[in-house]
Amino acid sequence: MSAWETVIGLEIHAQLATKSKIFSGSATAYGAPPNTQADLVDLAYPGVLPVLNAQAVQMAVKFGLAIGAAVAHRSVFARKNYFYPDLPKGYQISQYELPVVARGSLKVMLEDGTVKNIGITRAHLEEDAGKSLHEGLANATGIDLNRAGTPLLEIVSEPDMRSAKEAVAYMKKIHTLVRYLQICDGNMQEGSFRCDANVSVRPKGREKFGTRAEIKNLNSFRFVEKAIQYEIARQIELIESGGTVVQETRLYDSDKDETRSMRSKEEANDYRYFPDPDLLPLEIDSAFIEAVRATLPELPDEKAARFAGAFALSAYDAGVLSASRELGAYFESVVSGLTANSGSAKLAANWVMGELSSALNRDNLDIADSRVSAAQLTGLLLRIADETISGKIAKEVFEAMWSSGQTADAIIEAKGLRQITDSGAIEAVIDAVIAANPKQLADYRAGKDKLFGFFVGQVMKATSGKANPAQLNELLKTKLAGAEHA
Amino acid sequence: MLHNLNIGELADRLAKRQISSVELTRHFLGRIERLNPALNAFITQTPDRAMQDAESADRRLAAGERGPLLGIPLIHKDIFCTEGVRTSCGSRMLDNFVAPYDASVVARLKEAGTVMLGKANMDEFAMGSSNETSYYGPVRNPWNTAKVPGGSSGGSAAATAARLTPFATGTDTGGSIRQPAALTGVTGVKPTYGRVSRFGMIAFASSLDQAGVFARSAADASSVLQVMAGFDPKDSTSVDAPVPDYAAVLSAPLKGLKIGLLREFFEGLEARNAALIHDALKIYRSLGAETLEVSLPHLPLSVPTYYVVAPAECSSNLSRFDGVRFGYRCEKPADLLDLYTRSRGEGFGAEVKRRIMTGTYVLSAGYFDAYYLKAQKVRRLITDDFRAAFEKVDLVISPTTPTPAFDIGAKMHDPVTMYLNDIYTIGANLAGLPGVSLPCGFVDELPMGLQLVGPHFAEAKLLNAAHQFQQATDWHRRAPRGYE
Repeated sequence: MSAWETVIGLEIHAQLATKSKIFSGSATAYGAPPNTQADLVDLAYPGVLPVLNAQAVQMAVKFGLAIGAAVAHRSVFARKNYFYPDLPKGYQISQYELPVVARGSLKVMLEDGTVKNIGITRAHLEEDAGKSLHEGLANATGIDLNRAGTPLLEIVSEPDMRSAKEAVAYMKKIHTLVRYLQICDGNMQEGSFRCDANVSVRPKGREKFGTRAEIKNLNSFRFVEKAIQYEIARQIELIESGGTVVQETRLYDSDKDETRSMRSKEEANDYRYFPDPDLLPLEIDSAFIEAVRATLPELPDEKAARFAGAFALSAYDAGVLSASRELGAYFESVVSGLTANSGSAKLAANWVMGELSSALNRDNLDIADSRVSAAQLTGLLLRIADETISGKIAKEVFEAMWSSGQTADAIIEAKGLRQITDSGAIEAVIDAVIAANPKQLADYRAGKDKLFGFFVGQVMKATSGKANPAQLNELLKTKLAGAEHA
Repeated sequence: MLHNLNIGELADRLAKRQISSVELTRHFLGRIERLNPALNAFITQTPDRAMQDAESADRRLAAGERGPLLGIPLIHKDIFCTEGVRTSCGSRMLDNFVAPYDASVVARLKEAGTVMLGKANMDEFAMGSSNETSYYGPVRNPWNTAKVPGGSSGGSAAATAARLTPFATGTDTGGSIRQPAALTGVTGVKPTYGRVSRFGMIAFASSLDQAGVFARSAADASSVLQVMAGFDPKDSTSVDAPVPDYAAVLSAPLKGLKIGLLREFFEGLEARNAALIHDALKIYRSLGAETLEVSLPHLPLSVPTYYVVAPAECSSNLSRFDGVRFGYRCEKPADLLDLYTRSRGEGFGAEVKRRIMTGTYVLSAGYFDAYYLKAQKVRRLITDDFRAAFEKVDLVISPTTPTPAFDIGAKMHDPVTMYLNDIYTIGANLAGLPGVSLPCGFVDELPMGLQLVGPHFAEAKLLNAAHQFQQATDWHRRAPRGYE
């Protein structure tokens, strides 16, 4: 066991899914040609002024309510001053002393199944910067201001996490939540959801935090985990070899899997924060908050609890199935199409988490783009439930459905996969198989029990797998034994 | 002569088609050509644009349209963005800058049918009290061309005083309308903060900047303010409150009006200047007003407070001038830092740099609390002082400036003395209050102004009091020699 304890806090930047930017009317859509979604406000032309986007405020409040936080009736936009070519005004409008959301928390399920409460210090509104482009430009830097002014919600956690895995679990939970709330598309490749990690280590049992390093701009769960792991190891090694950790900003290089110093505290900018005189304090009254509260959907924890209770699922399964609104809705739709009995929810859960999820992963598809709709999967499971096909055949049918888009019934019919449940028909095949394999029969009867499987296989082969497995087992046992007595 | 007519008389002749806007515009363009070289009141003259505007106004008049400013020429301070016409803000930094849009003030006045004669000279980025910090050279005072016209809206003031235009727009951050109005003998109105949109007005100190008007009378100013004022959704600090009919109350009697004389304003004031204010008080009393003394104990702190708050905001507002997207860019930058430092170092003048440095300093870690935060607290105390005063009186009166216009060059190397020129005007900006400056007499053959300040949104009352004073006096009708 390590003598060190890790302390991690995350600052997550969630891009809010507003149509227009936080202080201008420009569109926020991703991927447009450079500078086609930047108006005079985004370009910081002389004389222009910011006007706050009400939708961004609604989204921030929605998040605050979802984490049980205090939504501030009065918050203040401040200017964070620094020079950079992709920061057109020379300052970023953010919230500093008085954020719109403060003091919330989130329950996170850890790998061992325990639930940990992670404190959320604050969440505040701010604008994103543009991008500097270097590729394809000789001795020049291009500036793309399409992203400048895109609304961000910066979600700052307490230093409550003790391992890279905990940090990832928390980040995933926030990711789930913002998509549930439909305030962020969660697209990490496009940078809609990213985080900075503050990492420090301290001897186990000590209360005082160690000096932290901040790792900037991590845009995948895997990178968060690897960067933190690297950083923990680096800090421990450094201290154990007699060095000291310095407070600094570091960058994670995913190619080399290491973090590198970007700038030290001494080199850090003095941002000269002060209230932005172009924007009045943001006043939010109770009526506004209640109106937003009325739009809250069922939250992930609520849905998981309901799934566990109503469908008798394990906490783990309930958690997986409620990981996104769309997946939960898909699952519920499948369950509702099946006849309510003790096994139907479990059957649906297994299929959604099993075949469906692996097919989606394999083809890199979202549940919304699934090639097998909830109604189609229901149709398949109904055929399992009424024993038209076996579970094994069902997997074959599912693959056919996935590639053809046809219904289960159509495929079962076309391929003649209907299960053989006629005892007489199964018996006839068994008889033929036994007759054709006298040596195996003799060995079986001599005590080689394992050969039972051989006979099952032979019958299945002869019926193209369509024999009802339970019936086959029953009849085969009788036949093999019966013959002995004959 | 046309240039001595007031706006109401001009609008009347235009309405009766006794003159055309084109004729009126030609008249003023002719005066500008002849008289401006001695004054340097313009950064950009726009005669072609003026003729187009005038022709457009004449078409609207011919079509039967009427309006108080339809066909009336004006000059915009070069701080207001004007689509297609250079907006320099008096700086080398923006010498090449042509705005792709109109400021809301410009758009409103254009909509009303005004004719733009040009863009007025000004202190660089509105930072100055003498119009000597302009990249385009100082403006000269038409009353005595060895003297400054005041600043920062010096070009607007000088042009209005010299009758090169019926009126001009200006901006006032610490007195930049009222002080030059006083030093050039015209009427200047600085409305309540939020009354007139700041959209398209290049920011100096956002929490203090307010657009206003120079005219030769309170009545003229009221008809211009009527068009300029009003809510603008593009300016979050503009106030969504109805705009009263200013003209309707200009002639209301002043009986019962309580005017407070500020005790703090008179400490150290020259006797001849103080005497003019006492004369004005006599006139007000004769008009039925009551005069009493009030105190604003924190007002003496307004200059140091202002010179923390305004530079702090300007240091941030002027960060966008970085040589990257518009404006001045240095030759052959070696790298990014070189691009920034040389573009800004070469593009900005000394006073602008001084204020950026001051502002950067007062916002810096370790100094923020002692300067910026403390200044904000004093600002609140000054605002509270005014609020308390307005529980006793309707308006407060003071001189606009401690002295008449000074010599060009006299104070340029002593910024603190220069800053003290704004001692009477800054309080209204810190508290966001409306103020007017009116001609009230002469000292050493130079005009002096009196200032009236009222509660928030008391423009109608201020204009009424100013108009009544001008009905009883003729200081505002005096023209500088050679410009009659």
